[in-house]
Amino acid sequence: MSDLLSLSMILFTIGAVGVLVRRNALIVFMCVELMLNATNLAFVAFAREHGNLDGQLAAFFVMVVAAAEVVVGLAIIIAIHRSRGSISVDEVRQVRG
Amino acid sequence: MVWLLVAFPALGAALLLTWGKESDRFGHLIATAASAASFVWGVVLFVRLLGRDHDDRTVTDTLFTWISTGDFHVEMSFVYDPLAALFVLLITGVGTLIHVYSIGYMEHDERRRRFFAFLNLFVAAMLVLVLAGDYLVLFLGWEGVGLASYLLIGFWQHKPTAAAAAKKAFVVNRVGDIGMALAIMLMFKEFGTTEIAAVGDSVAGTAASTITALGLLLLLGACGKSAQVPLQSWLLDAMEGPTPVSALIHAATMVTAGVYLVVRSNAIFDASETARTAVVVVGLVTLIAGAIIGCAKDDIKKALAGSTMSQIGYMMLAAGLGPAGYAFAIFHLVTHGFFKANMFLGAGSVMHAMDDDVNMRHYGALRTALPVTFATFGLGYLAIIGFPGFSGFFSKDKIIEAALAHNVWIGLATVLGAGITAFYMTRLMAMTFAGQKRWKDEVHPHESPRVMTVPLMVLAAASVLGGILLLGDWITDWLEPVVGHTEHEHVVILGAEWPPIAVSALVTVVVAVGVALAWFTYGRREVAGETPEKVSFLTRFARNDLYGDTVNEWVAVRPTMTLARGIARFDQHGFHRAITGAVGLIGEGASSMRAWQNGFVRSYALGVFVGALALTLALLVVIWR
Amino acid sequence: MTAFGVVAPIIVIAALGLLFARKAVHAALALAVVMIGLAVLYAANGAPFLFAVQIIVYTGAIMMLFLFVVMLVGVESGPEAVSDPIPGQRVAASFVGLAFGVMLVIGVGQVLANGFSAPVAAVEDENVEGLAALMFGPYVLAFQFTAALLVTAVLGAMVLAHQDRLTPKASQAELAAQRVRDFGADGKHPGNAPTPGVYARHNAVDVPALLPDGTPLESSVPGSLVKRGQVIRPPVTGPGLGEGNGEAGGGSGPRADGEAGGGSGPRADGEAGGGSGPRAEGEQSE
Repeated sequence: MSDLLSLSMILFTIGAVGVLVRRNALIVFMCVELMLNATNLAFVAFAREHGNLDGQLAAFFVMVVAAAEVVVGLAIIIAIHRSRGSISVDEVRQVRG
Repeated sequence: MVWLLVAFPALGAALLLTWGKESDRFGHLIATAASAASFVWGVVLFVRLLGRDHDDRTVTDTLFTWISTGDFHVEMSFVYDPLAALFVLLITGVGTLIHVYSIGYMEHDERRRRFFAFLNLFVAAMLVLVLAGDYLVLFLGWEGVGLASYLLIGFWQHKPTAAAAAKKAFVVNRVGDIGMALAIMLMFKEFGTTEIAAVGDSVAGTAASTITALGLLLLLGACGKSAQVPLQSWLLDAMEGPTPVSALIHAATMVTAGVYLVVRSNAIFDASETARTAVVVVGLVTLIAGAIIGCAKDDIKKALAGSTMSQIGYMMLAAGLGPAGYAFAIFHLVTHGFFKANMFLGAGSVMHAMDDDVNMRHYGALRTALPVTFATFGLGYLAIIGFPGFSGFFSKDKIIEAALAHNVWIGLATVLGAGITAFYMTRLMAMTFAGQKRWKDEVHPHESPRVMTVPLMVLAAASVLGGILLLGDWITDWLEPVVGHTEHEHVVILGAEWPPIAVSALVTVVVAVGVALAWFTYGRREVAGETPEKVSFLTRFARNDLYGDTVNEWVAVRPTMTLARGIARFDQHGFHRAITGAVGLIGEGASSMRAWQNGFVRSYALGVFVGALALTLALLVVIWR
Repeated sequence: MTAFGVVAPIIVIAALGLLFARKAVHAALALAVVMIGLAVLYAANGAPFLFAVQIIVYTGAIMMLFLFVVMLVGVESGPEAVSDPIPGQRVAASFVGLAFGVMLVIGVGQVLANGFSAPVAAVEDENVEGLAALMFGPYVLAFQFTAALLVTAVLGAMVLAHQDRLTPKASQAELAAQRVRDFGADGKHPGNAPTPGVYARHNAVDVPALLPDGTPLESSVPGSLVKRGQVIRPPVTGPGLGEGNGEAGGGSGPRADGEAGGGSGPRADGEAGGGSGPRAEGEQSE
């Protein structure tokens, strides 16, 4: 139980750090997926601990939502690449103060 | 179907204000037709009301619920009772005549359509005022009248004096409105309702002090609208408006509203001796003050305005006498509406002939040049001074009689007022129509067109015949269901009881003296072509409106200006600096923090992540404790 | 928990690969490893249905999508520059991440130690049936909403990826005319570019054709290969060029060698400076 959770935490942290340090939008996106997967693992671990299936169902829904998110996110990346010729997240900084 | 009365002129106003230029050609006809339709409908309703039982002459027409919160309900209702009926006939009747007159008077004004729209608005607002079944609805009409008077007084807005006069009328009226608004709030607090009938019923079980406060507040409102001392100053300046407007304000609408309010609130004033006394005092002071002002003015319209003040003072005084005087106040109001409208429109006709010159010292001997105007004006003149048999004779005598019965000194003051009235009106007549011609050669006085003289004739006839209303005490009987009526006590002077005929004789003698004085001063002697500079203190006093504006200046305007300047200084030096300092601080802080907004998404994500870290840490701390 | 002992380290290492991979495609592969590892853990922890879904949806669909996008755009997005343009971002991120991980692990451990209910009976039996009962029972509304979400996502992706044609498509005749016009204007050859690959050993798209004088013709290989620096430089046998057996060089692959090898003629030199300039630098400095 706790080891599963710990693994989940480690993966989540790695994903978060990845979001922070990687500049390729694709890899940033993969890191987000990694974080989602980490929470899924936590869900499964808790479901097992509680002895019911609600956690697994939550993980399932996360997967569905992640699928939708990937579709839209990748479309955005393609659109950005098409308009700017680059997919570096640092390129997109119109909100600069 | 009482609401139709209001609907006609309101619709007319809305139509003319929204319609484009193409309605310039016939806009005035629409407005006149709207007013006339309202008058016709008023006559129909009046006849219907006559057909009803004496005690069943109140028709309530509820349109919709205006306000409904908790226990407080305000119905948009029109109450058509004998009092309102008289007012409706006066407003729409005289109003329609003024509309007709204005067709000729304003013929060459390019904004005539707008003028007629405002006239209609004025009539509609005044009708709302007199038909209201609830003080809040009354207030709606009250403010509507204020707005319409503002628009009309300042109609020639290109003249700075007109704009200033409109503003003054509006501001002074606001002071009165404070009283009105406070009175309504007090009613709501004390009675939980603002319906006029319900308020009247609730008076019985309420503390005397509250009733007195209510009465005084209502009186303040009435003073504002009716130009009573101390809120009289706007009336004389209001002469800046076109003359038909003056006629409308002085005869049919606006200034009668205050008298109407006092009479309509008779339940409140009946219950408070103090409030009644205050009304009498205000009326008396205004009566004398207006008469004195009227004596000294060379401007024909201002002399008439002083006269209006004075006559409204008579009405207020009568209303302050309680049930003995209400009916006479309304009676005088109606007859005054006739002859004052007549004379104002006559004055307009004279000005029309004299190229808009209003100085009476430039007139003289106009009786031959303007025969119709002279005749109608003369009839109005006889009515106002109370020549026996004319309407003013009956209505003013009744008030003087009631005042004498109430208190001899007050009564004698009103008799004196009648004498002064005779003096200044005779002076006006003499300077305008009698004597030698004093106008310059390039002026060619000519009689006004038919569209202007016909209303004059109608009004002159009404001025002569207005006394009929008193036949068989009809007017007191008619108003009795609304305001009640008690015969006043017998007039006792110097221990002897005076019959009414003796009082009339006394008044007539005093009036005759006033006429004679004026005639020998202005009629027989040559009148100076320019206003003499070397005059007695009293004349100067009167010429300056009894220094009313000076008092206002020192009591209200100067302290307010000083306060405003002080506040402005504080605002500029204290407040402004504090604000700009704070703004500068924030601005500098912002620009230094601006650097944090480097536009890198990952940098923001780091912030979010740090936030999540802090939040989780806090949660853990809470759990571990 | 033998499965955990074996799989967990693999997962963590693969996840770290996500942090350090230079190329997007490598990162994608690392992520696939993580996902398959997680699927194994699901199977081992009473979630066979999720195991299947994880394999099918994540590894099968989502990762394929990623690889497609890498194929579409990743070619030109090579490894990142060494220094981060945001000062201190890497250090701060590492520090915060470390603190976060440590805190989470400790926190979870504490919470669990402070009394978490003992494991209940495992629910491996009838896992799929149980999930179905939940999904079409209490969660049926959420399930319906996911359907709406997916449809919306599909539409959104279509809208985002769609591009309207602004000008009519050029016809064959217009293209031919344009080619001739280009030739007239700046001397661009109107015909086909030469095909790559001349030697028996390297008869492939990444080997440039040789000109009659023996120099390699850069324009004969696909542009994306040039950009990625994956062009093999054939040994030049032309006159005046003795050395330069580029492809034989070991190390990090033949392509880097070919560029780094100096004496392969003026053309090769120029290309090393221009075509894949900054990227080549980045590679070499690592």
